[in-house]
Amino acid sequence: MSETITRKLMLYFPKCECEKPIIYHLVKDYDLIVNIFRAKVTPEEEGYLVLDVTGTEEQIQASIDFVKTFNVTVNFSGKGVTRDNDRCTHCGYCVPYCPTDALIITNGATREVIYNEDECIECLACVRVCPFGACTAAF
Amino acid sequence: MKTYEQINGRIESGKAVVLTADEIMDYVDKKGLTAAAEEVDVVTTATFGTMCSSGCFLNFGHSKPKIRMSEAWIADVLVYTGIAAVDVYLGATQLRHGDPANMYPPGEFRYGGGHVIEDLVAGKKLQLFALSYVTDCYPLREIRTYFSIEDLNQATMVNPRNCYQNYNVAINCSDETIYTYMGQLEANQKNVNYSSAGQLSPLLNDPYYETIGVGTRVWLAGAHGHVYSEGTQHASGCERTPGGVPTGGAGTLAMTADMKQMRKEFVRGVSLRGYGVSLALGIGVPIPILNEDILKRTCVRDRDILAPVIDYGNDYPQNTGKTVCQVNYEQLRSGEIEIKGKKVQVGSMSSYYKALEIANLLADEIRRGDFYLTRPIAAMPKDSGMKPLLKREQE
Repeated sequence: MSETITRKLMLYFPKCECEKPIIYHLVKDYDLIVNIFRAKVTPEEEGYLVLDVTGTEEQIQASIDFVKTFNVTVNFSGKGVTRDNDRCTHCGYCVPYCPTDALIITNGATREVIYNEDECIECLACVRVCPFGACTAAF
Repeated sequence: MKTYEQINGRIESGKAVVLTADEIMDYVDKKGLTAAAEEVDVVTTATFGTMCSSGCFLNFGHSKPKIRMSEAWIADVLVYTGIAAVDVYLGATQLRHGDPANMYPPGEFRYGGGHVIEDLVAGKKLQLFALSYVTDCYPLREIRTYFSIEDLNQATMVNPRNCYQNYNVAINCSDETIYTYMGQLEANQKNVNYSSAGQLSPLLNDPYYETIGVGTRVWLAGAHGHVYSEGTQHASGCERTPGGVPTGGAGTLAMTADMKQMRKEFVRGVSLRGYGVSLALGIGVPIPILNEDILKRTCVRDRDILAPVIDYGNDYPQNTGKTVCQVNYEQLRSGEIEIKGKKVQVGSMSSYYKALEIANLLADEIRRGDFYLTRPIAAMPKDSGMKPLLKREQE
């Protein structure tokens, strides 16, 4: 039995694929545990979805291959929330508003604000509070 | 004992010993005060944070035919034209024309004077639109053109109040979320925000203004500028700890520098949700170690600096003068403080990370001989107070 892992994915659904129950198949056919953080269908009927999938490496890979047959773009690294390192001043204003410590000061001497994307649950609090517009949402 | 001339002589010969206000305490602990005062020439201090009383004078030069601008906007942000024909003053907190402000609270306040200043320093091309009432000597009625900072004759930052010596810690004791210049404060004392570089901050390292005065050369966002006056609301006659550190706002500095020499990473537009726009600036101030007392005061640590916790839900807006309690910066930097037996999360409006970067950049410039120290031409007022605005009936 392979080890169970969790991966965070961002999916982009073009207009024609929005009405298909793709996530249902991830659960039913690939036995994955899914945790959806954020989803949106635009007025142009395009869809965005950020989710965690938990299963074996093989299950996840097979499910991604399946998803790709629908013309869906799978993005592994670019998450729904990004922090622009040039715009961030490391003031630390966002830190208490981040509920999962994805934005955190770990080095008390330099007081650099670290952004750990894997911990982000896409609540968008940082997008709303950052005075410098350093955090932005992809959708 | 050292003189400014001796210190500058050591800078010129490349032998100056320069430490940051972040490093000096451990150095003095190790070497002893007397030996360290002999050895160290300069301690660099710095801060990076929102400073609303900032702005700049711009001179556009003359168009053909000429215009005497009576109303003008840069990137749709109103500038002050009540000075000479093509001089304007652009203020950091001026909101862009058409911004709904807090019409649907909390407003987003996406763009204003601070952002225009950031864009100018970044070298962007911006729109100038100006109107005139027309005179015989200035016949042009209106002009719309595009310019960058390089096209201007002068772009001089002139900030009436920067570098508050110490500052309030903001809390909200009311039962509704509030949106302030100290950020978003959750109801019922859920979080506090502070805004100071603490042990690295310029005036906290020279609490009695012994070396920082009118004429002091400063590092203003990368440009070499100077202090031109005490800042507005400079209130030096305040409560102090036995070490001389003010326990509230206290002193301020008014400073100026050439914007064409500034670096964009230290000049940043600020949008505060529900409050407005402003400008965050990075400032470095060198302290010459003229004697042991001056060195001793640069050894101030975060734990020695007290700040008042003020209720922005009631006491600040109503000007009651009440304080919830006092906390020190070491407690604040831990990320959590205790108020009335309850744990409260702490956020910072001021970047220690950037302040540290500036203190090191300034130290490097001094070591390289690119930055010299100046003796003030006048001292800052030592015992000034702050008057309130009274509402009077016409006599």
